[in-house]
Amino acid sequence: MFYRAARRLPTSYSSQFLIIKRPEDRILAALAVGVAIFLLPHIASTYALSTLLVPFLIFSISAIGLNLLMGYAGQASLGSGAFMAVGAYASYKLATNVPHIPIVLDFFIGGVAAAAVGIVFGLPSLRMRAFYLAIATLAVQFFIEWLFSKVSWFWNDHASGVVSTPAFSFLGVPIDTPIKGYYFSLAVVALMTLLAVNLTRSHIGRQWMAVRDNETAAQLMGISITKAKLSAFAISSFYCGVAGSLWAFVFLKSLGITSYSIDTSFKIMFMIIIGGIGTIMGSFIGAAFVLIVPILLNMIPATMSLPLSTGVLACLEQIIFGVFIVYFVIVEPQGIVRSVRNLHQKLVAWPLTVNR
Amino acid sequence: MRNISPTGADTIIVDDVSLRFGGVMALTGVSVKVREGEIFAIIGPNGAGKTSLLNCINGFYRPTSGSVALVGADKPSISVSSAARSGLARTFQNLALFRGLSTVENLLLGRNLKMKTNLLQVAMFVGAARREEIEHRAAVEEIVHFLQLQAVRDEPVGQLPYGIQKRIEFGRALASEPRVILLDEPMAGMNQHEKAEMSGFIRSVNDKMKVTFVLIEHDIGVVMGLSDRIAVLDHGEKIAEGTPSEVSANPSVISAYLGVEH
Amino acid sequence: MSLDLQFFFEVLISGLLTGVLYSLVAIGFVLIYKASGVFNFAQGAMVLFAAMTLVGISDLGVNIAVSALLTIVVMVVLAYCVEFFILRRIVNQSQISLFMVTIGLSYILLGLGQLVWGAEVHSLDVGLPVGQFVVGDMFINQFDLSVAAICGLIVLALAYFFQRTRVGLSLRAVADDHQAAISIGVSIRNVWIIVWSVAGVVCLVTGTVWGAKLGVQPALNLVALKAMPVIVLGGLTSIPGAIVGGLIIGASEKLFEVYFGSIIGGATESWVPYVVAIAFLLVRPAGLFGTQELRRI
Repeated sequence: MFYRAARRLPTSYSSQFLIIKRPEDRILAALAVGVAIFLLPHIASTYALSTLLVPFLIFSISAIGLNLLMGYAGQASLGSGAFMAVGAYASYKLATNVPHIPIVLDFFIGGVAAAAVGIVFGLPSLRMRAFYLAIATLAVQFFIEWLFSKVSWFWNDHASGVVSTPAFSFLGVPIDTPIKGYYFSLAVVALMTLLAVNLTRSHIGRQWMAVRDNETAAQLMGISITKAKLSAFAISSFYCGVAGSLWAFVFLKSLGITSYSIDTSFKIMFMIIIGGIGTIMGSFIGAAFVLIVPILLNMIPATMSLPLSTGVLACLEQIIFGVFIVYFVIVEPQGIVRSVRNLHQKLVAWPLTVNR
Repeated sequence: MRNISPTGADTIIVDDVSLRFGGVMALTGVSVKVREGEIFAIIGPNGAGKTSLLNCINGFYRPTSGSVALVGADKPSISVSSAARSGLARTFQNLALFRGLSTVENLLLGRNLKMKTNLLQVAMFVGAARREEIEHRAAVEEIVHFLQLQAVRDEPVGQLPYGIQKRIEFGRALASEPRVILLDEPMAGMNQHEKAEMSGFIRSVNDKMKVTFVLIEHDIGVVMGLSDRIAVLDHGEKIAEGTPSEVSANPSVISAYLGVEH
Repeated sequence: MSLDLQFFFEVLISGLLTGVLYSLVAIGFVLIYKASGVFNFAQGAMVLFAAMTLVGISDLGVNIAVSALLTIVVMVVLAYCVEFFILRRIVNQSQISLFMVTIGLSYILLGLGQLVWGAEVHSLDVGLPVGQFVVGDMFINQFDLSVAAICGLIVLALAYFFQRTRVGLSLRAVADDHQAAISIGVSIRNVWIIVWSVAGVVCLVTGTVWGAKLGVQPALNLVALKAMPVIVLGGLTSIPGAIVGGLIIGASEKLFEVYFGSIIGGATESWVPYVVAIAFLLVRPAGLFGTQELRRI
């Protein structure tokens, strides 16, 4: 009843490339975009904008990046935090030492730097798989953490290891308020999501998935495993690098290595597992979930007037988070996105039932 | 019984190939020449080395001694990628489909070597990338039509019935527009009806597109009816070679399959 | 012996003995991986949890030996819970999923441990000697040596358990082939419970030793992360590998830090173990003693 399925067969190959295939969904998407652009920034409090929405947008980019590598190409990686750091510090060095280049371009170049590092540190993936590879990426994570805390050149030899990032503007508009930060992040997210969707549906994306599903068979078909794996690492690191730059320049307005620790790497991995590994939409759902749950958990004792100390609260949060992860892996291993898609299928067929 | 015996040029030359794994000789001194345009079968009891021979032709295994040559290959020694690039495609005994991908996506992967657009073009998906994708999608659709796979176009292949998966794997081999297709037990697990269908597909492709086939198969009835020539392997050695009628009358073949009378 | 050489040996031995500590964690991990195929990221958390429980109970005034027994009971209960709530329900899932579950488990254990027993540092005295042996002109830490001896004992006990007892044989059967083991009547569930309990006891010993050396504190979990490179270096399924891996990692980490660390800023122990592990893996992708998986098509 909500959707018309009759006489909706595809008549051209181009129509298969539309991201949103059903007209009804396009209306929904247009509504969502409208809300995101016009409504949300004005009704959301500054608090919500700066602590919820902007981090959500920025981490969605990291989550997409990790999803491309782990979900689509099937390569384990626990180093996404490190690649965010590379992007952030590269952008910082460029922004402070090469002022002729607009800072927004620095974000892009920082991403490219992260991609280059990603290729180098992705080389072990050519010899190792699964857990061994995961441990190798941990090496990257710890090494980069060490590098950016010991080598002061990276933060221009300031006395403190944490520096503030220069202000920047985009197309002449200084990005200095939460609302502008929100719009800027939204624009970057939109662009990068579009690129990611195109990639995953292209022959490159298919190669990634082939390597993920059956590496031996892929090799036997003449697919270059090296190119597939390294390109996945490169693109994934690019995304994380851009996200890292945004995190430092838009959200924190400062740069310090602690925001890119192994906890961050784990956080991003949780996002894609809970949201839906191997899907773009899952990256968004997971990012929202992982960022919002701690805030909600923090709010519950306050609303219920429970006298819990912050220490106890932190422990409970950790336990509940662990339970969530275990729960999701057991009950919904394909992530929340699977439930969303099931629901969508049911809606499309309603009032008939889905015959599967 | 096939009456046409092609006398085309040799397209695969296996010359005195031996293959050793640790202490086991999988193949000993096997020589075989496959002619262009023919359907060549390899039969033999289990463990005879049939898949190993196919893997040597494919470039997956490197022979311990002897050589394999693909006529028209750019390199003298075979590697998997050079074999693929010189027009060799294959299917596998245990199905090597990409389970998370749909039928169309699996078929499109067969055309992978022909897709030339680079990462940047693909990410923006305008112009050349779009045209290339449409062109290959159209080519794949012809295979979907040929193999009657319309109903399962967008289904993830991991959940499809076994017979259909086998057909999709065959389609993926076809998609690369190969000169030679290696089939490892293409009829395994199929019922009579499915076997007849698959034989029909093989014969049709061989007739219309002049594709050479090398297949391993256990169903002797199928092999006799489908192949131009047959090689028989037993314990890693070639014990007979010839047309179906020659091979079926060969006493060493009979004893290899049925055992020798005491 | 020249002073330089003597110093080198002191550092080397100290590193080797630290490596034994890592090996202890790795052994528990290998047990679990061998029998349930799970890459147990929560191993470090289990060690910490065991140590915290031991210290917590004994701080209530209970005699240390009884505390140890009670802690073993707790670890067995934990094994039951893990089997019941988790292992039973994730039987057919991918390796990444299993790994994720253990990360979740580690969060639960870390939070639970701190919630129940608090986050302060507890010292732990189990009566191990703390002096220095003097060999020639070199000082060797008695505590570390005792730890090495304990490790040796554990390995012997486990070896006996696996080779000579019926239960041990069932465990090896399950590790080899689940289906085959089920078909001869081995109860996978019981095997898992037993393995996780045994691993729990090993965690208790490990936690005791670590705690005695460094004090029982939440940061212990981070140190246990060091076991990861040990495990992959040794090969995921091999106890000798865990020991050799631990020795290599411990020695190289110490040597690198002492000889090169000061030049480049120090604190290199966070990543050197991982780089060493990778270097070995590049040559032997399945670890030193691990089994290479064959590619069959």
